[in-house]
Amino acid sequence: MTTLSWVDYAVMALYFAFVLGIGAALRRYVRTSEDFFLSGRSIPAWVTGLAFISANLGAQEVIGMGASGAKYGIATSHFYWIGAIPAMVFIGLFMMPFYYGSRARSVPEYLKLRFDEKTRALNAVSFAIMTVFSSGISLYAMGKLLHLLLGWSFDVSILIAAGVVLAYIFLGGLTSAIYNEVLQFFLIVLGFAPLVFLGLRAVGGWSGLVSRLAEHATAGGFAPGAYTHSWAFMGHASANPVGVEWFGLVMGLGFVLSFGYWCTDFLVVQRAMAANSMTAARRTPLIAAFPKMLFPFLVILPGMLALVVSPASGVRAAAPAVSSTSTTSPTSTTSITSASAVGIVPPKVDAHGAPLRDAAGGVVLDYDLATPMLLLHFFPAGLLGLGLTALLASFMSGMAGNVTAFNTVWTYDLYQSYVRPGAPDAHYLAMGRWATVAGVAISIAAAYVAASFNNIMDFLQLVFAFVNAPLFATFALGMFWKRTTGHGAFAGLVAGTLAAAVHHGLSLPAGAAVGVKGGYLGVVTTFPSELAQTFWTAIVAWVTCFVVTIVVSLFTRPRAPDELRGLVYGLTRQPVDTAAPWYERPVALAVVVLAVTLVLNAVFF
Amino acid sequence: MSLDIRLPLGAFFTLLGVLLTGYGWATRGTPGTTPTGVPIDLIWGAALLVFGVAMLGLARRARPSSRPGPFSVSERGDDT
Repeated sequence: MTTLSWVDYAVMALYFAFVLGIGAALRRYVRTSEDFFLSGRSIPAWVTGLAFISANLGAQEVIGMGASGAKYGIATSHFYWIGAIPAMVFIGLFMMPFYYGSRARSVPEYLKLRFDEKTRALNAVSFAIMTVFSSGISLYAMGKLLHLLLGWSFDVSILIAAGVVLAYIFLGGLTSAIYNEVLQFFLIVLGFAPLVFLGLRAVGGWSGLVSRLAEHATAGGFAPGAYTHSWAFMGHASANPVGVEWFGLVMGLGFVLSFGYWCTDFLVVQRAMAANSMTAARRTPLIAAFPKMLFPFLVILPGMLALVVSPASGVRAAAPAVSSTSTTSPTSTTSITSASAVGIVPPKVDAHGAPLRDAAGGVVLDYDLATPMLLLHFFPAGLLGLGLTALLASFMSGMAGNVTAFNTVWTYDLYQSYVRPGAPDAHYLAMGRWATVAGVAISIAAAYVAASFNNIMDFLQLVFAFVNAPLFATFALGMFWKRTTGHGAFAGLVAGTLAAAVHHGLSLPAGAAVGVKGGYLGVVTTFPSELAQTFWTAIVAWVTCFVVTIVVSLFTRPRAPDELRGLVYGLTRQPVDTAAPWYERPVALAVVVLAVTLVLNAVFF
Repeated sequence: MSLDIRLPLGAFFTLLGVLLTGYGWATRGTPGTTPTGVPIDLIWGAALLVFGVAMLGLARRARPSSRPGPFSVSERGDDT
């Protein structure tokens, strides 16, 4: 376990003082519910753009993408260059005119305006449940990590982090969350940049990393370049560590999952809705795309580096002691010997501290520790405080994104619509604050559920994936085909979710046991990897939703065109941005974003 | 919104930069502070300091009250 110096605590204290200070300073600007939930639609594009990216830059991203970097290599960048950028360009150019232009206050509210009450209710309820549980899962991950690395108490860690998030949202609402997300964005970038610099320096630069990973690749039975090329080995699922072929990758991740998340998830869309004009709202995801496409270097490279740096090269030469205990029953602390680690990535350990082994006898690595281990490895006192604060900031920005999306959907789409319509605005403002308290409280409860019943959380995340997968078909049809009806949308969503569950229940990733990983309806087909199964489940869900929505729409009565003005393509005046200088126009930004993404793909092909 | 985010952003990174640069200077030469031969606290602290001051500069430039002139007080916005 690593002991921190006073200077590390000073960095954290400074951060806490500023996030709380920002919340307190913004309190006096919150007068109406629209100020609280939508920042009074008054924030400039560069701020909403950075918040758009930062709300998504939660722990799952920083820790998870580092873990995937160690597991899959540079191919993890597909989650960015294929799995995010095209969708971010699409929502900015084509979907934002409907979200922002309709004056809807949330994504479920757009569904109500475009379709009907039941489609909104379905989306609002599933979204509200998903956000608080995701925030709880991320809280659990944070508590566990801090306990593991620093020996901090699980309870105290999550209570303090949740308490700070609660305080700044309670005071300043969405504006406070967005302002803090901008601070957290810079903190994460500036906290991780020196890590990549020191790591690359230690392994002899990019070429050194390539040659060291080539050894790792051949040892695992892949071609030498399998960890350092993103496309070259995507021809067949067995040729790359990801275990996916290019079609499943492009359609499943690049189209269905990516567009489903970036174009329909209220957590990110809410940031754009807070922008001060239509052009600013459209520029929000496009501005966000610039840092997003460079993030692979910040979050994936640390994972790849952790796999190959020599354990003796850091500032803390001795292997850090890692507690093997679960967070609920602290019994023993075991020092991981470097013998079973790869680079500085330690193995997963069982209750007795012995490394876990897979069916073939190989050591199972704890990839989630790749990035945190690299922090401890290279950062001396001072910078370690900065790195850990950046990690904390990522947990908190992700949680704040979930909580602000939850309080808005609860207050506007559930409480105001079904529990108490027609109350004065001050009542909904107060409800928003109390919903924030409730959202944080449920997150904490969910974190404890995750700590005690890990399988329940796996199961819930699976259900969420089923609910999310078909969403983009509904929105794409709703926005671009005026014949789509509410009955069609509702039937499509339900059918898509069921199709996802059935496909998952009939398939299994290679080497997995029947259960939460699939196969519970009988194993009809197997996939080379879990990701391949996920991507294909999403494709099946999307196609089902798309087809069912069209068929049911054709058999039900469409709404009159007059009722759909501002909601559907063809019945909405397209925004024209000729007045702004070229670099502020959404189309010009989109062209630049796509061109740079293409170049990045080519460089790492 | 009436609070310029660059103000707290600049202040935070300026203070952070001062803290890290100072700590890096005070502990220079101590074993375990220069991974791969780089006095990283000192260098990165200075970088953060530059970033923080630049943000404060941008925030100040955007404020009407920073313009010199006899009427600068009356031009002050409500964003204090």
